[in-house]
Amino acid sequence: MEIEVRLFATLREGRGKKIFFQFEKGISPHKIIKLLNIKEEDVSILLINGRNGELNVELNEGDVVSIFPPVGGG
Amino acid sequence: MKRYIRNMNMLSKEENEKLKDFKVCVVGCGGLGGYIIEMLGRLGIGHITAVDGDVFDETNLNRQVLSDVENLGKSKAMIAQRRMKLVNPLIEIVPIDNRITEENAEKILCGHHLIIDAIDNIYIRFLLQDTASKLNIPMIHGAIAGWYGQVATIFPGDKTLEKIYPQKDVKGLENEIGNPSFTPALIASIQVSEALKILLNKGEILRHKLLYIDLLEHNYMIMEL
Repeated sequence: MEIEVRLFATLREGRGKKIFFQFEKGISPHKIIKLLNIKEEDVSILLINGRNGELNVELNEGDVVSIFPPVGGG
Repeated sequence: MKRYIRNMNMLSKEENEKLKDFKVCVVGCGGLGGYIIEMLGRLGIGHITAVDGDVFDETNLNRQVLSDVENLGKSKAMIAQRRMKLVNPLIEIVPIDNRITEENAEKILCGHHLIIDAIDNIYIRFLLQDTASKLNIPMIHGAIAGWYGQVATIFPGDKTLEKIYPQKDVKGLENEIGNPSFTPALIASIQVSEALKILLNKGEILRHKLLYIDLLEHNYMIMEL
């Protein structure tokens, strides 16, 4: 199944804006960030199909995962 | 009054007059907070509490509008008050030269109509959200890092920060990439317009939503949280 991953801000550096993966069933955002060498603390907002999502859920065919790093300055 | 004449056509006379009765607490008088206080004061928000335990240093000069070469080493909160006395002596500004802590948060925030988050620490933001919720006060969250910024409006009980920051004790991107002059001004402007709408109960607000801005790639997104 195909999963689209959209990266934001500095997570794009060396990885690109959009990445398309072909996976067997049973893939989670957690496994995807490991594959992309993104540390868990660098994941702030995680959206699945534009809605608030979680790292440890099973993704479905065609899901779009968006990942944003933490922005905290004032 | 001539001072507010340019506010008059976008707000009604009654709305303009109401602004002097509102009490807004701005937590943080640095990058975001400096611009926020300046804009709230010029709008004519009658009572502003400016909270910051820090003093200006040279690294603030690239972006913090209240800092200048003559006030390095001086209290950010006290300088905010001095600035507002020059800009709009009709309003009251109360400086609190202290950091928000678990011990003082309730005492400082209590009695305000609105709280504006302009702090630079994710962990303390949660304290602000929880205290605002307990005191039944809405809060406008803003945060910046380099080309990136975000705004959300949080009502008591919403717990929106839990969706934005799944871990409370992480360091934001700004620790790596810093902040330029323009991102604080932009995010502060959006926070102030959001503040005005909440106080006057008009327009669309960013409740259960996050406006995310990437000025480098021109992404402007409102996501549902």
